[in-house]
Amino acid sequence: MLKIDRRLIKNFDWITFLIVMSLAVIGIMTIYSATRPPLGVGGHPDFYLKQVLWLLISTAVLFVVVSIDYIWLYRISYPLYGLGLLLLLIVIFVGRTSMGAQRWLSIGPISFQPSEFFRIFFIIVFSSYLTNMGRNSVDKISMKSLFMFGILPLILLIKQPDLGTAILLMSLFVVLSLSKGISKKIITVIIIIGLISIPFLGHIFWEGLKDYQKNRLVAFIDPDIDPAGIGYHINQSKISVGSGGFFGKGYLRGTQGPLRFLPEKHTDFIFSVFAEEWGFMGSITLLGIYLMLFLRGLDTAMRAKDEFGRLTALGITAMFFVYFCVNIGMTLGIMPVVGVPLPFVSYGGTALLSNFIAAGILINIRTRRFELFYP
Amino acid sequence: MTVKRIQLGAYIIIGVLLVLCFRLWQLQILNGDKYKRLSEDNRLRILKTPAPRGIIYDRNGTPLVKNIPFFSVSITTDNFKGIDTDSLSALLGLSKEEIDEKLHRKDNSPFVPVKLKQGLSFEEIARIEARRSDFPGLFVEKDVGREYLFGKVGAHIIGYLGKITSSQLSNPELRHFPPDALIGQWGVEALFDSQLRGIPGERIIEVDALGRELRMIQGSPPVKGSDIALSIDINIQKAVEDAFGDKAGALVAIKPDSGELLALESLPSFDPNMFSMGIAYSDWKALMEDKKKPMLNRAVQSQYPPGSTFKIITAIAALEEGIISPDTKINCTGGVGYGKWTFGCWKKGGHGPVDFHKAIVESCDVYFYEAGRRLGIDKIYKYATVLGLGKETGINLLIKERRGLIPNTEWKREKLRQQWYLGETYNAAIGQGYVTATPIQMARMVATVSNGGDMYPLSLMKGDSKPMGRVNLKPETIHMIKEALSGVVNEPGGTAHGSMSQLTVIGGKTGTAQVVGKKKGLAGERFMDHAWFVAFAPVDNPEIALSVFVEHGGHGGSSAAPIAKRAIEAYMKSKNGQEAIGKGQ
Repeated sequence: MLKIDRRLIKNFDWITFLIVMSLAVIGIMTIYSATRPPLGVGGHPDFYLKQVLWLLISTAVLFVVVSIDYIWLYRISYPLYGLGLLLLLIVIFVGRTSMGAQRWLSIGPISFQPSEFFRIFFIIVFSSYLTNMGRNSVDKISMKSLFMFGILPLILLIKQPDLGTAILLMSLFVVLSLSKGISKKIITVIIIIGLISIPFLGHIFWEGLKDYQKNRLVAFIDPDIDPAGIGYHINQSKISVGSGGFFGKGYLRGTQGPLRFLPEKHTDFIFSVFAEEWGFMGSITLLGIYLMLFLRGLDTAMRAKDEFGRLTALGITAMFFVYFCVNIGMTLGIMPVVGVPLPFVSYGGTALLSNFIAAGILINIRTRRFELFYP
Repeated sequence: MTVKRIQLGAYIIIGVLLVLCFRLWQLQILNGDKYKRLSEDNRLRILKTPAPRGIIYDRNGTPLVKNIPFFSVSITTDNFKGIDTDSLSALLGLSKEEIDEKLHRKDNSPFVPVKLKQGLSFEEIARIEARRSDFPGLFVEKDVGREYLFGKVGAHIIGYLGKITSSQLSNPELRHFPPDALIGQWGVEALFDSQLRGIPGERIIEVDALGRELRMIQGSPPVKGSDIALSIDINIQKAVEDAFGDKAGALVAIKPDSGELLALESLPSFDPNMFSMGIAYSDWKALMEDKKKPMLNRAVQSQYPPGSTFKIITAIAALEEGIISPDTKINCTGGVGYGKWTFGCWKKGGHGPVDFHKAIVESCDVYFYEAGRRLGIDKIYKYATVLGLGKETGINLLIKERRGLIPNTEWKREKLRQQWYLGETYNAAIGQGYVTATPIQMARMVATVSNGGDMYPLSLMKGDSKPMGRVNLKPETIHMIKEALSGVVNEPGGTAHGSMSQLTVIGGKTGTAQVVGKKKGLAGERFMDHAWFVAFAPVDNPEIALSVFVEHGGHGGSSAAPIAKRAIEAYMKSKNGQEAIGKGQ
């Protein structure tokens, strides 16, 4: 199982690795800047040190993930998914509430969000399910599986509520189903059913939202309604990004974060801090790095030696992309405020770890693309 | 199929990234300057530090005013869009309309906070601080107000501070001042405002999202205004205020050898402390509508018939023109007939034979009827006018000064289209009829006479000045007049003998001006005569000359002269260092 042969080293996907490492380093630099005390007096909160520590752990875990043949993921996909669902269930009963959502589980000194890992388990199990379905039976996604992979996790996530992960799962469900190749007939039916059910779902969805989530949606539609209230996040983020101008204010020269005008500056709004200090040039460069990550992911999917690898690589790439879009869209004021971190950059240990695990799986798939696989 | 779908995915990704790039371009390049300004707005505040105003001292160095701190609540301009005016109105005790008006004023500058309420109590400050997190951008700041140490005393001279008006704000000299600054609006405070006000400091500070000050980016300290020393003596003002009691009237005291104003009191007065933190509209309205007219400066804005004090003019004219000599005697039988009328003397039985000295000392009306008849109105007019009556004294208190009126034949022909009658000359010769004058004109007249004829410009500031003119009077005339005026106070038969002073030799002349209606038998205080007294002391070398006017005071000798005596004695004592009012009282 832990055979480290020469081909593994020779074919190792250094490009993906370097991309995520550089994103993580940019993240730590930006966290350092965002959390620095105003005027440079007083202690510097140790967020960036914690993130460095988590990066070291995550890197180690990534290599472990790469070294294990991903066939094992295929084999244990259902038990993993079961574990994930169990954790989501537990978090509803004993989870720690933070920022209005019950997402955290504590085991000893370590707190983590089960949904961070659940999303990977979901990609693995759904890829595995679609792989098993065979090429010709794709039109028969049964009601049972729809419930298992769609409705059940959604219910558990909305209950927390974790809007970000719920959106991700829906997107992944659609992306993976489509890539598997569903007939045009099915797609048409899904779209029609979707259109019909939008008003009903919309109502249920709206009623199910907490007040702060409703406010965010209202604020997204018109941020000027109450600049000091619900539209505050959006406005301050736009001010941060916009005030960066072409070249930016310079590293450690941004004012919006340290002076606390920008909320969640080192987590969800880290891109605003980055864009303020590095300007249009820096922002475009960062987007370019992400573009490389996504295209590399798609390329890995195309080159994967088997269907499970292809679907898993696609799912992971889609996951990074959805989070990226929702987060950047939010900071630029073109998407509602949904508490979604920017992959690899935002502060957060378990998020970094889970993203590194996902990246490790990507590298794993690419690295083993020449190996023969006997299912 | 699958490869195609993955390629499609790549196009979607590239498409989305292009949208994001476009949005970045929109925010950072197209609107970059706007957001840069907004981020500066976020963190920068311009705070004006009011400059301590110069202190106003009286001629003895007694401070008349003090700067006192008081507290105001302001809100920064970028924070009130969408603010909850209802709860803000409840918190500050202001009406919603008042708050709206202040927030949406046209001349609000984006960096300068808007002042919502001034003169907060400590209770209010505590309440505001406790709820500050509900109102981002709301903060309490310190202002400098003015305390008038002597309250009503001297209020008409010292004046008061008021909120800067919009027309004043357009004055380039005042452009440094925030829209709610207090500047001089009345009296010396307004007159010497440019010296007193100083230059407000400016602090550009960086704040965090809670509005807490982090550091100063740039700042200039306030420059204190210059102190000024007035010519007035607060001891006199106080004595006058005290001596008047609840009577209305005015007193003007002048230093005869320099034109410095030693005192100017107009009563009833007002308390300038009401204005020092911005007066409430209701209080202002009450002051303006008060029937006793406390805001009227009776010393310069009211004119009355001067009564027998005017006999000084008639006497000078008669001596100068040579129509009477000091020894000329006129027999007073108690009245002079004129057609069907009789012009009576105040002394019903008559004075008998009266010479110049006695005529003034006992204020014989008949003597002056005769003198007036011999002079004619135009001669009286000439001497009254050269002694400064019938025209402004030029005292600058930023209020319209009344001119009084000295009639002559030409005036009557032009204004009333009538010829002049002898009876009118009789009236004018004793300061009745058409003749009117302001207390300050009478004070300056007696100052000029007492110093031998030099007319000085009136000044509120301590310091020597040169005479602006000279009335050429014969030394004998001056001597005779002063002798007689001394007799009024110091001889047993004098009309103001009751006000003889142990401290100094006072010379003066009483006057009683009839109020229209009295003759019709109407009674009550409203129809009592006005009392006058003009005086100077010491007679030999006058240091103070003054006029006292008491509205409905009755007789000049009994009502006005004692006030003059108090004022003169206050001056003498304060000059000698006795009974000086301690500093800071």
